[in-house]
Order: sequence, then C-alpha cells, then structure tokens
Amino acid sequence: MNRSSAPPAPRRARANPLAGLGAALWLLVVAVPLYAMLVATLRSRPEYAQANPLTPPTRPTVDNYVRAIENGFLGFVLNTVLITAGVVVLVVFLSATVGYALVRSRTRFSSGVFRLFLLGLAIPAQAVIIPVLLIINQLGLNDTLLAVILPTAAFALPVCVLILTGSMRDISEELYEAMALDGAGQLRAFVQLVLPLSRSGLATVAVYAALQAWNGFLFPLILITSPEKRPITLGLYEFQGQYGTDIPGLLSAVVLSAIPILLLYLVARRSLVNGLMGVGGK
Amino acid sequence: MTTGTRRPRGPATGRPGAVWALPGALFFALFAVVPMVLVAYLSFTDWDGLATPAPTGLDNWTRLVADPVMRQAVVLSLALTAATWAVQTPIALLLGVWAAGPQRNRAVLSAVFFFPLLLSSAAIAVLWKSLLDPNFGPVARISDALGMGSGNILGTSTGAFTAVVFVSAWQFIPLHALLYQGGARQIPAVLYQAAEVDGAGRLLRFRHITLPQLRATITTSSVLMVVGALTYFDTVLILTQGGPGTDTTIVPYLMFWTGFRGYELGYASAIAFTLVVVATTASLLMVRLTGFGAMRSTREGM
Repeated sequence: MNRSSAPPAPRRARANPLAGLGAALWLLVVAVPLYAMLVATLRSRPEYAQANPLTPPTRPTVDNYVRAIENGFLGFVLNTVLITAGVVVLVVFLSATVGYALVRSRTRFSSGVFRLFLLGLAIPAQAVIIPVLLIINQLGLNDTLLAVILPTAAFALPVCVLILTGSMRDISEELYEAMALDGAGQLRAFVQLVLPLSRSGLATVAVYAALQAWNGFLFPLILITSPEKRPITLGLYEFQGQYGTDIPGLLSAVVLSAIPILLLYLVARRSLVNGLMGVGGK
Repeated sequence: MTTGTRRPRGPATGRPGAVWALPGALFFALFAVVPMVLVAYLSFTDWDGLATPAPTGLDNWTRLVADPVMRQAVVLSLALTAATWAVQTPIALLLGVWAAGPQRNRAVLSAVFFFPLLLSSAAIAVLWKSLLDPNFGPVARISDALGMGSGNILGTSTGAFTAVVFVSAWQFIPLHALLYQGGARQIPAVLYQAAEVDGAGRLLRFRHITLPQLRATITTSSVLMVVGALTYFDTVLILTQGGPGTDTTIVPYLMFWTGFRGYELGYASAIAFTLVVVATTASLLMVRLTGFGAMRSTREGM
C-alpha cells in the first residue's frame, strides 16, 4: 500500500480509437448531468422554467445558493461536521488500539477478535437498524447526534481494523526490540513507534470513517427526529420533499454538499482514493 | 510478518495484552453483533416500537413466506443485483483498463470520471430525481422538445427500475473503474511485451493476459457490487419510493417501509433477518474467494 509505484513502462504506443470512443461516451454520461446541474443552479427560477436546460445561463445568479442557505443548509453542515468529527475520533482511537493488539498479541482472544471483525464486514447496516434503534432508546440517546455517531463508527470499524492491521504488520520486529531496550513499555511503543509508522494507514482510516459519516443516510433517517439536528444527507432528502418543484434551489444544495469533499480531493487525493477503495459498494 | 517464531520475553518486551483489543471489540459487539442476535429475537415478536415486544412464535415467518409483496421484493432485489452486475462490470472493467494506460489524456479524463464519487448517495438520488422530474426536469423537457412524449420515466415500472439501475451505475462505476485501474497497473508489462513479440493482437492480449490477471479484482469488485445491490436503499427511497405501486420495492426498502412507516417492527425484523442471512452468505463467499489479502492488493499502486 505504501509502495511508491514505479510508473508502468509505456507498452501500448498505438492509439486505440474504439476504446477512446467508449471513454468519450462515458465522459458524456458523467459530465452532461453535472453540467446540467451547474447550469440550473445559476439560473433564476423564471429563466429555468423556460430556458433550454443545456444552454449556458444568460444572466447568471447566485440567488439559488442564497435560498438554499436561508432554508437552513448551514445548520445541516454543522451537524454533519460534528458527526464526522465524532466518528473519526472514535474510529481512529478504537481501530488503532485493536490493530495494535491484533498485530502484536499472540493470544487466542485476539485471533477471535480478528475473526469477529472479518465477519463484521458482512453485516449490512440495513439489517440491524431496528435493534440499533432499540439499543439507542435504551441508552436514552434518542434524537441526539451521539445516536448517529456511535453506530456509524461501529460499522466503519471492520474495514478500518483490516486497513490498519495491514499497515502495522509492516513495522519490523527490530524496531520493537530497540524500543524495549530503551525501556519503553507498551504504551510508549504504541505512541512513539506504532502510531507514527502507521501514519498512511491512519490517514486512510480517518478519511474512510469521515466519508462514512459524511455520506451516512440510514442511521440519521431513523435515529434523528428533530429538524435542527439533521445532517446534510437527511436535509437534502427533506428539501426534496418540501421544495421538490424548486429544482434550481434543490440542485444548489446538492452542489454545496459536494464542496467539502471536493476540497478534500484537492488537498489529499491519495488518502481520499484509498479511503474510497475501503468504502467498497456502499 | 516478521515475528513468526519469536517467543515473548520479559515484561518490557512483552506483547500487548488482550486489554488493547477490548474497547474496540466491545464497542463493535454492542452496535453490530448484539443487534444481529436481537433482530433474530425480534423476528419472533410483535412490536410497534414503543411497547415491549410481545412474543408471537412463528407468526411473522409464516406471514413472510406467504407475503406476495415480499416475494416480489425478493425477485426485484435479485433482478436489481443481476442488472447491477451485468451493467457495471463490463463498463467499469473496460474504463479501468483503459485508464490504467500511461497516456496523459487518459489521466486527465479519469479525473473527470471520478467526480460522481464526491457526491453522497443521497445527493446523487436528489440530483437524478430533479433531472428526471416529469414537469420541471431537463430530461422530460428535452424529450418533450424532441416530441418523444411526456418523459415521465419514474412513472412506469420498467422506467423506474431502469432508472434505479442507471443511477446506481452512474454512482458506482467510477469506484469499480478505480479498482480495475489499480488491478490493471499491477499486471507486469513483460507479459504484454512477450505477447507482442509473439504477434498477439490487442483483442488476444486482452483476452489472454488482462482478463486472467484481473481475476482477483473481478471477484472483489463483483462481490462488492452484489452485497451493495442487495442492501441498496438510499436511492430507492429518494428516487422512486418503491414505486410506482410496489414495482421497485426491493427487500431493504420493504423492511424500512414495514418497520418505520407501518410500525410493524417485529415483521420488519423478519425481513431484516432474511437480509442478514443473504448478505452474510454473499460476504462470507467474498472472504472465502478472495481473502482480504486480495482486497488489499487491489489497493496497491493507487
């Protein structure tokens, strides 16, 4: 994973027109809807009702974005940020400690835990949402952000544990021995050796957990009831119900919801791609 | 693994105890393992979400087996899974292999292909719901202008099903193309050079080098698709609400509808447990077929 990959030798110098055509077609499938979305958000509502959806706006306006924000979009962003922060902190802490134990410990318990997480990969959130609601109610956490944070973090854990055991295994035995000669206990070895040397794994885990929290829909849908506690995804869904006919305003909210991830893409493309790989089919 | 045969020595070099794994294991057990057991229990009860669940024996299960909507949901889920795989795998594979080439323009284009991944599935569903809106959406208005009728795609059952397949393809093909791109970059260039010396054409090289070398990636990607499609929910809720009628009511959506709109949480638990069994079987198959080592190797060289 941390292999700084040598670029593959240029092997196919000849152009492949058929493949190029296919790729261009897919480009249209991806780009035209995104373009239509952007154009729609820059038109006034009366203009949108008449104009050709694919021509550029004659008098671009940001009114739709202003309206999306006035309808409470920033509150959704704040909730999502809080949920994401909580999930990332929990997941990084728990997966790092579990990963350390799984890589270094030789007990029967730790191999059982490893199998538990392997099996956990298989549990879909949809299948356990009903008992999760029951547990959240029993804990008295109904309709709080914590109600979303806890199960979201739990369901991000298996993938994160697998990613981290992968990168922690690369730390060599000699380094542990050197730490031990220095008289370091397990806590110091963990903080000064394991954590710094699994930086790239930790970054991937943090990004993966953040994406899970950022995109999470089912847990907030079931566990949040107050409008002012909604995260972005749920807010978009509610907007759809309330302002379904205000397509420019609705699409502006969609564009706004992508901006933070776009920024992440620009500053940390590699971690984002690795985190997305972990997301798999979700 | 550099530690194979070494024995633990003094306390200073001792290995971390089980206590390090405990917080994570307990936390995961509480929110994922305990619910698995609970959902099985709740499937034998009658529960409205407020009162105490009342045991009813096999009632939910006999009802489930005879329920025509559940039968339809199972068929729809299977059809959606098959259609998802059949649409996404060839496109993602070809795009991924193409994007793995060294050419500069390919790198630029694959950055554009990446864009749908920046949107959440809720955002993508809202986007497509708006684009497909029968009165105000661009798709309806273009088809209107071209004289192709009202263009109410989501109003017909084949149209709605096709829309779900298409939107999920739009959303997930970039991800699977990335997997294949990573896999294709791992193929040793020597293989292609040798084939070229032997005079093998492009098609032959694809058939006899690229495809066999991508076998692990194909398995990983396929099982992710299958499990993903079996648990597909956000898009159906926002895009079609299971309709028209119940014509896109797949199993997870039926579970949601029964449990959280009809408040029959006991019966919904039976549906959910069916989902657990199917998804677990599919995922265990994934671990069996690929091992997670294969999952990691597809990430290498990204």
